[in-house]
Amino acid sequence: MDARLHVMVCSGTGCVSNNSLPVRDALIEEVAKRGLQQEVRVVLTGCHGFCAAGPVVLVQPDGVFYQQMGPKDVPKLVEEHFVKGRPYTAKLYVPPAGGQPIPKLMDIAFFKDQLLIALRNRGMIDAESIEDYISRGGYQALAKVLTSMTPDEVVTEITKSGLRGRGGGGFPTGVKWASCRKAKGDLKYVLCNGDEGDPGAFMDRSIMEGDPHSVLEGMCIAAYAIGSTEGYVYVRKEYPLAVQRIQIAIKQATEYGLLGDNILGKPFSFGIKVRRGGGAFVCGESTALMASIEGKPGEPRAKYIHTVEQGLWERPSCLNNVETFANVPVIIDRGAEWFASIGTGDVSTDPWGGSKGTKVFSLAGSVANTGLVEVPMGISLRSIIYNVGGGIPDDKKFKAVQTGGPSGGFLPESLLDLPVDFDRLVEAGSMMGSGGMVVLDEDSCIVDVAKYFLRFTADESCGKCTPCRIGNVILLDTLEKIAKGTATLEEINRLEQVATDVKQLSLCGLGKSAPNPVLTALRYFREEVEEHVREHKCRAGVCRDLITFSIDPKTCTGCTLCAKSCPVNCITGERKQPHVIDDEKCTRCGSCRTVCNFKSVVVQ
Amino acid sequence: MEKVIEIIESWGGRKDCLIEMLQDVQGHYNYLPEEALGVISSRLNIPLTQVTHVATFYSAFSLKPQGKYRVAVCTGTSCYVKGATQIVEAFERELKVQAGETSPDGLFSLQTFGCKGCCGIAPVVTVNDDEVLGRVKSTKAAKIVKELRDREGH
Repeated sequence: MDARLHVMVCSGTGCVSNNSLPVRDALIEEVAKRGLQQEVRVVLTGCHGFCAAGPVVLVQPDGVFYQQMGPKDVPKLVEEHFVKGRPYTAKLYVPPAGGQPIPKLMDIAFFKDQLLIALRNRGMIDAESIEDYISRGGYQALAKVLTSMTPDEVVTEITKSGLRGRGGGGFPTGVKWASCRKAKGDLKYVLCNGDEGDPGAFMDRSIMEGDPHSVLEGMCIAAYAIGSTEGYVYVRKEYPLAVQRIQIAIKQATEYGLLGDNILGKPFSFGIKVRRGGGAFVCGESTALMASIEGKPGEPRAKYIHTVEQGLWERPSCLNNVETFANVPVIIDRGAEWFASIGTGDVSTDPWGGSKGTKVFSLAGSVANTGLVEVPMGISLRSIIYNVGGGIPDDKKFKAVQTGGPSGGFLPESLLDLPVDFDRLVEAGSMMGSGGMVVLDEDSCIVDVAKYFLRFTADESCGKCTPCRIGNVILLDTLEKIAKGTATLEEINRLEQVATDVKQLSLCGLGKSAPNPVLTALRYFREEVEEHVREHKCRAGVCRDLITFSIDPKTCTGCTLCAKSCPVNCITGERKQPHVIDDEKCTRCGSCRTVCNFKSVVVQ
Repeated sequence: MEKVIEIIESWGGRKDCLIEMLQDVQGHYNYLPEEALGVISSRLNIPLTQVTHVATFYSAFSLKPQGKYRVAVCTGTSCYVKGATQIVEAFERELKVQAGETSPDGLFSLQTFGCKGCCGIAPVVTVNDDEVLGRVKSTKAAKIVKELRDREGH
C-alpha cells in the first residue's frame, strides 16, 4: 500500500548539525507507536535550502513546512497533523517581521520567488533511492535522447537553450560540447567539476548530496552527445557525503542499466568513476583538475591547446560543473525554447547573447534567510537579498554584497537593482562565479574582507606563474599596511596598478580574477579604504590597530560576564558596578563584545 | 607497511590513483609516514620526489602525525565575517597551540579550512571532519575542548 503522507526530513549538513537525525528517529518511533507505518513514510532528504530555519520537515502531499523541529515536538506533530489532519501551528514558519504562521511551503517568501530547475528535487526525494528519482521523471531525458535524438540534435538543443557554465566562467555549454564532439580521438572523457572551492558556496554540494542522479543523467546525455565512453566526477575531499552519495548513485544506475554497457539496450556505453580532490582550490581550474585526476599536483597549464581537444591524458575532454549537468535533463525534457524563455538577452543567433535559465546562489552572511536559493536569471540583487533573503537582521545597515567568492567583487548599495546576469556582473567588476553570495553589513570592513580574500588566493596560488605567486602577495602586504593605517595614499594608487597587472598577466583563472576584490573595493569603497590611511579610522570597528574598546558606564550592569571572558584579564570592576577596560593590555580580541548582553562594549 | 600495500592493491596499483591512495593512507595513519611514501614510490615506480610533490601540494595531507581530535575552524567567507578569527584565537588559547599545530600530548590538532559548505549555520567548527558544530561563539571554545577531554576520561 502506498503511504498517505510522506514526511521529508532534511539531512543537509546544516540541519544534521542542528540535530535533524534525532527528529527522524523520533518520527519513526512515534509513527510506529501509533500504528501508522503503513500510512506515513519518513524520508531523509537532501538540503531543503532554508538552512536558517533548520531542522526543517516537509509533509507531502500537503506541502506543509515545519521549522526548528526538535525530537520533543514530534508527538504533538504526529497527533495534530497525521492523526487529526490539521497543521501543528507551534512549529509553522512565522515571518521575521511577525504576523500569522504560514503553513504552506509555497506561501513562504523564501520559497515563493524561487524557480527550481537544477534543484527541482530538493527536499522531495530520498537521495539514496533511484526509484524516487525516477518517480519524479528522472532518466526520462536520457531515454528520450537515446531513442529519438541524434548526438548532433542534442548538441543543437543545448546550444539553443542558452545554457552557460554554472561553475563561474559562463562559457556556452552547447558550444563546448560541439567542439568536443568535433575533436579527433577514439576515447573522449566527460568530466564533472565538483571541486566547489569558493568559500561561501555550497550549491554543488547540495546537488551531489541531495540529487546525485540528476548529475549522472546530465553526464550521460553529454557523453552521448560528444561520443564519450568514460567519465569522472571530481569531488573535493571536504564533502565526504557527496562522494558517498555519488558512488551509491553510480552503483544503482549501473544495476538499472542506465550506466555501463549498452545503456537501455542501445549501442551506447558509458561508465563513471569518482575521484576525491586533495584540498587545493586551484583544482577547480580545468587543466589543474585534469592534472589532479591523473594523480599529479594540480598545476594549471596554458590553454592555447584547448582541453576539448587535448585534456585528460591528452584526450578530448568535456568538463562541466555539477549545476550545469543538473540542468541538462530538464532542458531535454522541456525543450530549449522553454529554457531560453527564462532569463536575459537573446541567444537565438549568439550563444553568448544572454543569460538563460536560473542560477543557484548560496545566500549567507548578514541576511535573515541564509540558505540555498535558485532564482531566474535577470532577477535583481535587491530582490534576492530583501525578498527571498528577508533582508538584513538586527536593524543593521547594508554595506555590500560579495558575489563570486575570491574571484568576485564587492557591489555597493547603488548597484542593488543590477539584474543578475553573467555579463552585467562582470561589467560591474564582479562575476557570477559559482554562486556564492555573501551579504556584508556595516559591521564588516571592506579592507578587512578584501584582505581575507587576498590571503586566501595568495595561499592557494599554486606558484607556477610569477604574476599570481608574487603579485597577490604584494596586494596582500599593501592591504595589511592599510589595515594598520601605515600605508600611504601613493601605495593605494599603486595597488590598483599591481592588481591590473596580476589580472592581465596570470596564467589561469585563479590569478586573473584574484585582484577583483581589491579592484572593486577601490572602485566602490575608496573613501572607506583611504579613511584607514588618512584618518587612521576603521568605520566598521574591525581593523585592530585602528580601534579601541571601552565600556559604556551608562548601560553596563556589572554582570561580570565580560571580565570572565577576557583572555588577558584586562577588564576590572565590582559586581553590579560599571566595568572598565585597560586599553594598554587589551588585545582587541572582541570576546567582551561577543558575550555582553547589554551592548555596552563600544568600539571606536 | 602491510596496510599501505593493501591500499595500493585496492586501487589496482594504478599510478593515476596516487592521490586516492594517499587519502586512504592518511585516513588510516592520521598522517603520511615517510616510510609509506617510500613504499608507494617503489611499488608504483614513481620517483619519491614526485610522490612527495603530490603529498606536499595538497592540503589534505600531513607529513606529521595529527592529533586524535582534529578541531578545525572554518574560515570561509561567511564564517569569517561572523567572527571565525576570534574563534581560532579562542581555541589557540584553550589548547595552547597555534593553528596548524598539534598539542604535545597528541590529543588535539588545531586547523583552519576553506569552507565546509554549510554557510547557513556560520560560524562553523568541525571535529575530525564529520562532526559539525554550527553557530559557534568564541566563548564556547573552552566548553567544546572540555567535552572532548571528557570523552577521553581526562
